Amino acid sequence: MTDQTTAAPPGPGLAGTARKGPGPTPRDLAARAASRDAADTHSGPAQPGAAPAPGERPRTDPGPRQDAAHRGDPAPRADAAAGTRMTGASALVRALEKLGVDVVFGIPGGAILPLYDPLFDSPSVRHILVRHEQGAGHAATGYAQVTGRPGVCMATSGPGATNLVTPLSDAYMDSVPVVAITGQVPSSLIGTDGFQEADISGITLPVTKHNFLVTKAEDIARTVAEAFHVASTGRPGPVLVDVAKDALQAETEFRWPPTFDLPGYHPVTRPHSRQVREAARLIAGASRPVLYVGGGVLKAGASQELLELAEMTGIPVVTTLMARGGFPGSHRQNLGMPGMHGTVAAVGALQKSDLLVTLGARFDDRVTGKLDSFAPGAAVVHADIDPAEISKNRRADVPIVGDCREVITELIAAVAAEFQAGHRTDLAAWWSQLDAWRSTYPLGYDEPGDGSLSPQHVIERIGKIAGPDAIYVAGVGQHQMWAAQFISHEKPGHWLNSGGAGTMGYAVPAAMGAKVGNRDACVWAIDGDGCFQMTNQELATCAVEGIPVKIAIINNGNLGMVRQWQTLFYNERYSNTDLDRRAHTLQAAAGPEAGVADDAPRHDPAPSGGGTRIPDFVKLAEAYGCVGLRCEEAGSVDAVIEQAMNINDRPVVVDFIVHRDAMVWPMVAAGTSNDDIVVARNMAPDWDVTE
Amino acid sequence: MNRHTLSVLVENKPGVLVRIAGLFSRRGFNIDSLAVGPTEHPEISRMTIVVDCADHPLEQVTKQLNKLINVLKIVELEPTASVQRELLLIKVRADLESRSRVLETVTLFRAKVVDVAQDAVTVEATGNRDKLDALIRVLEPFGIKELVQSGMVALGRGGRSITDRALRPVDRVAERSGAGAAP
Repeated sequence: MTDQTTAAPPGPGLAGTARKGPGPTPRDLAARAASRDAADTHSGPAQPGAAPAPGERPRTDPGPRQDAAHRGDPAPRADAAAGTRMTGASALVRALEKLGVDVVFGIPGGAILPLYDPLFDSPSVRHILVRHEQGAGHAATGYAQVTGRPGVCMATSGPGATNLVTPLSDAYMDSVPVVAITGQVPSSLIGTDGFQEADISGITLPVTKHNFLVTKAEDIARTVAEAFHVASTGRPGPVLVDVAKDALQAETEFRWPPTFDLPGYHPVTRPHSRQVREAARLIAGASRPVLYVGGGVLKAGASQELLELAEMTGIPVVTTLMARGGFPGSHRQNLGMPGMHGTVAAVGALQKSDLLVTLGARFDDRVTGKLDSFAPGAAVVHADIDPAEISKNRRADVPIVGDCREVITELIAAVAAEFQAGHRTDLAAWWSQLDAWRSTYPLGYDEPGDGSLSPQHVIERIGKIAGPDAIYVAGVGQHQMWAAQFISHEKPGHWLNSGGAGTMGYAVPAAMGAKVGNRDACVWAIDGDGCFQMTNQELATCAVEGIPVKIAIINNGNLGMVRQWQTLFYNERYSNTDLDRRAHTLQAAAGPEAGVADDAPRHDPAPSGGGTRIPDFVKLAEAYGCVGLRCEEAGSVDAVIEQAMNINDRPVVVDFIVHRDAMVWPMVAAGTSNDDIVVARNMAPDWDVTE
Repeated sequence: MNRHTLSVLVENKPGVLVRIAGLFSRRGFNIDSLAVGPTEHPEISRMTIVVDCADHPLEQVTKQLNKLINVLKIVELEPTASVQRELLLIKVRADLESRSRVLETVTLFRAKVVDVAQDAVTVEATGNRDKLDALIRVLEPFGIKELVQSGMVALGRGGRSITDRALRPVDRVAERSGAGAAP
């Protein structure tokens, strides 16, 4: 029961019913691949493209086309060998086709209307009409994280563009290649506070890897190609291309491939061999080494190399939140996740280590805790493709700038040479210490005493039933941490979440993008009821466009992680974390408790997430054309999950009503030392424990 | 804390200045002074940025600057190995009684008077920070009506040019060898 979709009828809806125009046929896909090759190799004449013949269909009228017959009758295609005349908008669509883009998530509007007209005719670019631009951005992110190719989103000027800011910021923090294309008011209006004008390139400056404002039609194709190049090379990241409406409307010559004009962009991928040899020397000599693995290993596609390095050296591995699945969760050498909610073994390993071999990780504050007490005895080897990450937070003794795959490949050879020369340190004592921590302080949870459902149990069962081939997409908060902890992440690219930015509302649209990127995979969004209500409008997109994702709402009626902090650090004063507030209001109307001081704990009337059930997620799901299921007790968890697994023609939403007082453990309180990790409430680990 | 002078070659494109300035502010670094202008290559501008920070943060800001796509090259110019100049325009009160003493000071500092009015003179001076500070201090007692200072500009001493390499050749880059000693 690992991959249910193999048993499902073919093609559950991705080329679905509501899709406009002709769906992608095998021949389209072949042409797309061919044109991608052409783009990659910068070879020869271009492939058949999407442009209308010169002179066909004058583009002076940017209004929406109402010509129904036009839909099934794409305009004649012309080869673009040496400069085909077309509008800037057609050139943009043509560039997307040449770049191999198969899906774009977006919403049209005034300034970007000229682009949507030729997009309507594209044989290979499918546009998925989302319900909110934030959904487009996260969907592009989910798509990119699953496919490794840049995800593309589109929005119009002003509010359309500003709605992309959150997902761009999210993609920036997690280094995801996303290309955002926004319409801008005509260049003559820029700076005049024109209708729906916003300086989106200025606004997104701090949250994109780079952005462009294009005001000339002849710059469009080149700039789009540059955007894809910048987004997907070096340290990946989001790139925004803002195109003025008049540039989309003007005529230009389309030439492909374009010549990049990026004189200042030279990402380094080859590591310095002397640094690699120095790292290998330290690895061979360390008695308490740890492989501290971050998301860069996934981005580099270096999981296989990592496995080889780990197994040949026998060094323990910790995988950060962004790197879950980069090293098999079930592997004996995997100590789990480090950081604020990491395992005692992983956190302890870092703290007591004498050598951190840091691969594509960035010493985030959620991993290090209080920085000056982090891994005090460790020398640091730090490999990252971004030189600015090295020694940013923690000084590196051996800095290595390079792509993780190349770094690890070279490290394997260099360490092998050290071993052959007889340099190797016995790690038995280290492992016996680690195993003691691991067996004494395993991850776990208590079942609630009142018979209500435990959220950890639900998540664990989803992971077991859907298996390692499913893709798990988490929102942000308690459920995210439990999904990171209690699902065994075995494969790269199967765990998506908003790690750096912590964007509530990420899960539903990102799951949608992930499913579009890998239609054969079972995609489970593990979401909280707070997160879910931020972006659930994309269920409509999923239902209409035929994107059958599965959503598990871990519904505790609360903003659970914030509530946990209020429990631990704010004297159980639950200020504005209860999403079922009406329960309080009614109680207050019935008569407030007399004589209760303002700072006294205010306990909730309902122990588990019963509450008002506003909104009713089952009805909401049904209203959106999805299947809505509900589960309230442990006995039916498996059956409900199985039921959801068997629905593959529509999105499924399962409302798991769980206990509201469950907490995420272990925990390192923000700003404190990793040494002060708490295993469960008021319980510190004994670091000297032996097996 | 100490002052560092960075010469930054950037693409001469709209919005580049805001990218640089924005990076400094959002990463928590202060710019002491900034001067920007075209270079011998029409497509390249050169910024001279003076930063007041310790060595480690300087390394971080340099790396972050290098990540900006429009930044072509960054060189730190050591005070001893470069010529560093600022321009000062200062309007000093100078009536009949004080005018001769003001002019004497101006001469001492090898500055020059560029505008004269009934009750004031405007003085132009170039030099390094210390010299200009000294001039301001000496003129202060006469009464400074207003003053304006450019950011620092700087070039490395010797025959080499930081634009020589990594840039597309432009006809005007005729290598001019010559002594780099201070006048």
